[in-house]
Amino acid sequence: MNIIFVLAPASLVLALVGLGAFWWSVKDGQYDDPAGDAARILNDEPDDGPLP
Amino acid sequence: MTAFDADLSGFVTHKPGEADRLELLVRGARCAACMARIEKAAAAVRGVEQARLNLSTGKLSVTFRAGKADPARVVHAVEAAGYTTTLFDPESAIQTRDAEGRRLTLALGVAGFGAGNVMMFSVPVWAGLFGQELTPSARALMYWASAIIATPCALHAGMVFFQSAWNSLRRGRANMDVPISIGVILTLIVSFSETIQGGRHAYFDAAVTLLFLLLIGRWLDHKLRARALNAARDLLALQAPIARRLDADGTEHGVPVAKVAVGELVSVTPGERVPLDGQVTEGFSSLDNALITGETAPLPVEPGSIVHAGALNMDGRLLVRVQARAEDSALAAIARLMEAGAQTKSAYVRLADRAASIYVPVVHSLALATFVGGWVLGLGPREALLRAAAVLIITCPCALGLAVPAVQIAASARLFRKGVLVKSGAALERLAEVDTVVLDKTGVLTQGRPDLIDPPTAMLAPAAQLARASRHPLALALVRKAGPGPVCVDAREVAGLGVMGLVDGRPARLGRAAFLDLNNVDASESELWFGFEGETSVRFQFADRLRHDATATVTALRKRGLSVEILSGDVERAVARAAEGAGISKWRAHLAPIEKSKAIDDLKADGCKVLMVGDGLNDAAALSRAHASIAPGAAIDASQNAADLVFEGDGLMAIVQAIDISRAARARALENFGFSALYNVVAAPMAIFGLVNPFFAAIAMSGSSLVVTLNALRMHWAGRN
Repeated sequence: MNIIFVLAPASLVLALVGLGAFWWSVKDGQYDDPAGDAARILNDEPDDGPLP
Repeated sequence: MTAFDADLSGFVTHKPGEADRLELLVRGARCAACMARIEKAAAAVRGVEQARLNLSTGKLSVTFRAGKADPARVVHAVEAAGYTTTLFDPESAIQTRDAEGRRLTLALGVAGFGAGNVMMFSVPVWAGLFGQELTPSARALMYWASAIIATPCALHAGMVFFQSAWNSLRRGRANMDVPISIGVILTLIVSFSETIQGGRHAYFDAAVTLLFLLLIGRWLDHKLRARALNAARDLLALQAPIARRLDADGTEHGVPVAKVAVGELVSVTPGERVPLDGQVTEGFSSLDNALITGETAPLPVEPGSIVHAGALNMDGRLLVRVQARAEDSALAAIARLMEAGAQTKSAYVRLADRAASIYVPVVHSLALATFVGGWVLGLGPREALLRAAAVLIITCPCALGLAVPAVQIAASARLFRKGVLVKSGAALERLAEVDTVVLDKTGVLTQGRPDLIDPPTAMLAPAAQLARASRHPLALALVRKAGPGPVCVDAREVAGLGVMGLVDGRPARLGRAAFLDLNNVDASESELWFGFEGETSVRFQFADRLRHDATATVTALRKRGLSVEILSGDVERAVARAAEGAGISKWRAHLAPIEKSKAIDDLKADGCKVLMVGDGLNDAAALSRAHASIAPGAAIDASQNAADLVFEGDGLMAIVQAIDISRAARARALENFGFSALYNVVAAPMAIFGLVNPFFAAIAMSGSSLVVTLNALRMHWAGRN
């Protein structure tokens, strides 16, 4: 049963990494243009990324 | 805006340490190919460092290499690629980033993270409730772990509600966010006290799940408004645009309209709108006032004529001496009326808030009664407080919070597929309540453009050869009727009069009666004369025709119990004809913009809930003062901005569909409220008598939200069939 003291925190840490990534992606503006990002993948040219 | 050749550097923002930047609103971009074409066109302009289009908002951001900014070339390049553009006023462009949307997305993510991970520790506790082995120390461990995850998440995600509740309380009112905030905070406090004392009833999972479900509703509502906000921003196209100021040295500069002083000269080329009120000093032309006064006939102007901002210049270059600043113009007077209208609209109390005004006092007195009553009856303060908190959390407002936004997002998605854009949820609610429909004539009941009627067929082809050389709306109508063909030789257009040229080698003229030296005929503005030199002339008559489904729409509106009338700025004869054609008996003609909005106010004073449908600048004030309003997609930007809904396409039936769907949405929302009330009637007594445990709270809360959402989805499915 003691394994729970390792596994529960481990899963939390993993989830926190995910939350951190989500936080960064929101702050980075990745949800500002969902329509454009969906369309941009169809373009062949390399993409410079959003303006600051 | 048309392509511009003057200097536009006033629209570039300079910030120290950053590249110079220009923001344009690009219309008509729909797909990946459009996006690539626009960005490539802009990036190919000399001096441009990078160009990026936001397809969701239609905003093109362009950065320039140091000192190389030439915005006019960028505008040219994008317009040459086939898209219309509008420049953003640098000051208003700053506010276009959707900070609120980011905050809600983040809060939703954090609450989702909390709600998901807290389950890891909630499930063992629930198992313990059903007789599985769980020692008190293990339960305390689970609760502490839940607290560590849920508390920071709930505080972060709940901030949206706490702030709104605080703002509402400061104004002496209680909105839906007040019980939510009190419920969440009280639940957290009680849960901590239970955990510390080793009790069985901690609701950390309930607090964060509640916020997660509520944030879904909040996020949906914001998405609906954000989409509309983009449409509304197009108002800048009318208000912020550029005036070509003619400086003393004879050069033209494109400057924001607000920067033009009284007494300065501006030039207006054909195809542009007059930027400011003023007096013509040079040039002949005719002006299309359809969007300002509703008059369909073009108005000839000459030196000395007074012109109003917003009029479309049709065929000759004009120099205008500005007589009023932008904020004193007739346009600004209309804008002020619109602002006043928008304020009365914001005073409208939405369905959810009306429900909250009943819900809040009932639930709070119930919780207070539970606490006081429980204590008096000998439960002890701890158990009494626990039950009071259970009342607050179990009579959870999450069904209420989701009830309306879920229905409205489904309804607006359905309308969107039918080509109707809804600007806000409140607009749908108001639309469902209307009992009177007021229609504008020009551009709403009618097509808003002249059409050739009963042409003398033998002369159509030769007349069209001359007409192809002109951009005048009557000439365009003639060409539309005649179809493709050759253009005359040696065409010369005399501004405000007509076109002359060689047709099949013979000199001919097309234009006003005076242009063909016909002085003794009954001349009207909606006709053209054509004749070969020395021969008799023939007349082409034009009329603004009714939309193809105007009559059917009026009948359908009547069938739904709505009374229909016309308020128009056009002359009596034209309005009477249109009213007769559409089968409307109540109409008024020759109304100035202010009189129109006054007429709406009178109807409101009589107790009518008015739906205004209009497209012109003269309708903008009436649109914003009406209970609900709709504008066609071809309407002037100010009207689209003032209206609650905008519909695309040629048919008027969209109005009927919008009313039907808004009424259905209202019915669904009321059903959802009914369900929430029923659920609370069952759940609240259980909480009062202490029958609720954390497992029951979690099931009840998500179950009620699920039912409400499924009911809202019926709205969506109904649209599929």
